[in-house]
Amino acid sequence: MSAKDNFLKVKHLYNRAGFGVSYADLQKLSKKNLDKVVDNLLKDSLKNDPINLVNDYESKRQLLVQAGLYSKKDLTDEEKKMRQQIVREQNEVSRDLNIAFITKMINTDAPLREKMTLFWHGHFACRSNNPFFAQQLNNIQRANALGSFKTLLIEVSKSPAMLQYLNNQQNRKGKPNENFARELMELFTLGRGNYTEQDIKESARSFTGWMYDKDGSFIFRQNLHDPGTKTFFGKIGNFEGENIIDIILEKPETSQFIARKVYKFFVNDNPNEDHIKELATHFYNSKYDIGSMMKKMFTSDWFYSPENVGTKIKSPAEFLVGLSREFYVTYNKPQVLIQLQSSLGQYLFNPPNVAGWPGGQSWIDSSSLMLRMRIPSLVLNDGEIDFSGKADPEDEAVIALSRTATTNANANMKPKSYVNANADWPKFLDTLPKGLTPLELTEFLLQPKLNAKITTMVSDNKGLRSTAVEITSMPEYQLC
Amino acid sequence: MNRRNFLRNTGFVAAGSLFVPAFMKPLEAMALDELSLYKNLVVVQLSGGNDGLNTVIPFGNDIYYQKRKSIAIKPEEVIKLNDMQGLNPNMAALQEIYDQGWMTIINDVGYPNPDRSHFRSMDIWQTGSDSNQFLSTGWIGRYLDSNCQTCKFPYTAIEVDDSLSLAMKGQTKKGIALKDPAALFRNTNDPFFKAMLQNDKEHLDEDNLGYLYKTMIETSSSASYIQNTSKIYQSKSTYPTSGFANQLKTVSKFISSGLKTRVYYVSLSGFDTHVNQIGQQGNLLKQYSEGMAAFLKDLKSNNKLEDTLVITFSEFGRRVEQNASNGTDHGTANNMFVFGGKLKKQGIFNAAPNLSDLDTGDLKYQLDFRQVYGTILDKWLDVNNADILNKKFNTLDFI
Repeated sequence: MSAKDNFLKVKHLYNRAGFGVSYADLQKLSKKNLDKVVDNLLKDSLKNDPINLVNDYESKRQLLVQAGLYSKKDLTDEEKKMRQQIVREQNEVSRDLNIAFITKMINTDAPLREKMTLFWHGHFACRSNNPFFAQQLNNIQRANALGSFKTLLIEVSKSPAMLQYLNNQQNRKGKPNENFARELMELFTLGRGNYTEQDIKESARSFTGWMYDKDGSFIFRQNLHDPGTKTFFGKIGNFEGENIIDIILEKPETSQFIARKVYKFFVNDNPNEDHIKELATHFYNSKYDIGSMMKKMFTSDWFYSPENVGTKIKSPAEFLVGLSREFYVTYNKPQVLIQLQSSLGQYLFNPPNVAGWPGGQSWIDSSSLMLRMRIPSLVLNDGEIDFSGKADPEDEAVIALSRTATTNANANMKPKSYVNANADWPKFLDTLPKGLTPLELTEFLLQPKLNAKITTMVSDNKGLRSTAVEITSMPEYQLC
Repeated sequence: MNRRNFLRNTGFVAAGSLFVPAFMKPLEAMALDELSLYKNLVVVQLSGGNDGLNTVIPFGNDIYYQKRKSIAIKPEEVIKLNDMQGLNPNMAALQEIYDQGWMTIINDVGYPNPDRSHFRSMDIWQTGSDSNQFLSTGWIGRYLDSNCQTCKFPYTAIEVDDSLSLAMKGQTKKGIALKDPAALFRNTNDPFFKAMLQNDKEHLDEDNLGYLYKTMIETSSSASYIQNTSKIYQSKSTYPTSGFANQLKTVSKFISSGLKTRVYYVSLSGFDTHVNQIGQQGNLLKQYSEGMAAFLKDLKSNNKLEDTLVITFSEFGRRVEQNASNGTDHGTANNMFVFGGKLKKQGIFNAAPNLSDLDTGDLKYQLDFRQVYGTILDKWLDVNNADILNKKFNTLDFI
């Protein structure tokens, strides 16, 4: 294999398995055998470094206060203020958590673990007003990102964020709530068409009593659990939640469903059934070892075949993280990262619904593409942005409260604001070899093969910095 | 520093016209006979869950006053429409519209197993899904995808906003979001943007890169078309000064200048009134009503009202009983408004909400919102609603 060939493969690997790679690292890595590079990538991601932003103690205190206020009918003015204060604090901390996650992706030295966390973040899609719950779920997804899918599934299912989001708090003996049981099978494991309505009904009974208590810890409430006999996929027994998960994992359809989703996220929007089958079989035989499936994928020849290189549309998170990582960007007002995520259609921790973000071409419409093409000059050249975007539906109460009688509707229309970010150009330029030409930089920054138009466009470029801004503003940069 | 400063290849600006591939018929070449009379649909979204019971007030029902001791609108303040229901006094601007027969109120619109989360319920309304179903395309987006006679242009659906709502996203086609046609036109005429669209056949496959280029080409030609068609038009009407009225003024400009767009989408947010509702909601309803009244009269004076249908919805109504903070919490069924110059059934469409037959404190729905969509798809946009809504919904006779 030629050195150039390996260079491109490693670059592809790091674009898909991580969030890109610096030129200097790429040069070093591509001297190694590709299997070694994959091993390295997995080894770097052994480290699990959770987000510890949200204070456990303070969150528990808030939960108790909230529970107390919730049970009261008439609140004093003092109590109302207290409740509002908690909501305000939670909103603020939720924003900080969002920034912590995206910043972690930008700075991580365990790129595959963070990329997988992003994958599970979309797979086990969840919204929680409580930032402690949201952080906990994010940490579960990170800790188990490359481990056992079974452990991941059980921990997610027992997390207060998910129990709340899918109404399992209301799932009680005699009054089952089927929401969790349905999404468990439809979206988390088997996929539509691989179970019956009866399977949902019966398994919902098994999950009765799976709840979280006043201070936000999982608790199995025996007295609310339906201990009766259930029939699930033809099996009869006094199944509890864990038994249901075991039966679901015995079905190869689960491995196929996850493998397909992994393939579409890491390889290609258009599924190749043979490759998916290969992955699924490996996943099933390895007893749902996620890391092992990832290694299998990254060491398969087809992962590097031309139809899979430079052909995927970056998600907004991949786009923002990749750009920020490449150029060592510091955001002086990190809230702008939330505004950008929201305008581009991927507001982390706020998926559109439990099915997650649909991805692929749905990321792109006229306005999101125009914005993507402007962002590099905004971020890297400190340009201004006149984009106010839409309010998130969950923020409506805040908007309603903040609006006085005189402000007009859509008061969220802000004047132009600066992104206020700094790229570390010296550091970026330092990673490049001496004498690198603008054309070579272009080849490095873009994943799709260069065509005559781009080659001509950059051929008379002088500076690397202006070339970089230009290249990252191209439609080709939207692909990885 | 704006982007222009880093682009030095200004030579590209003059270099040649846009290459338009065969699978995208140039808009400029559309035959004139296709420019027949256009029926327009304007969708107005009230975000946050508007309290329908304090919008159209059931002043003839004592239960309303019992359940809303501190936030009920007094009977003498209500703008009475019949002896049961009337409008919130902040909606005085709509009285004339109502009296002209340009307004229909549909009570209790909802769906089975309602969801009280803003996000999820808005998702359901925008995609037209069942409450346990997840669709990644919007109902208007699927109308665009249907490739019908009336929806072949990339500017068939326009949202007057910075970003595009899910309602407007189809699988292969999407609406276009713009707040200011001149700004979009300027952006697509940026030398760099134009340079990217140079004659380049390699990009025109149906793969992802082809899709990006197709989106750019369509954005560029739509921006030119919208700007060039609408810039000549000057509205003679005055609109109130609010962001919402501005959106409607832009829509009116587009409709009145003869833009061949079929669907427009605008929204007004802030309706999540859990606390001290009276003032906040009153203020929003006033903006809504004054904006709408100016808009409808403007369309009338341009002879466009008969070709225009406006609907207003919110993701849910609110609970019948007020809460302890002089506000209301998330509920279920809600009223919808329909406006137009050619309404078949004017005024109040169906029975007022039954406040004595509730579902754990919430209104029961009389009509599925997809019956309203279905009616519009069948009778106004001339497509079969089953093709868009995934199953057939019975139509209503408001149009």
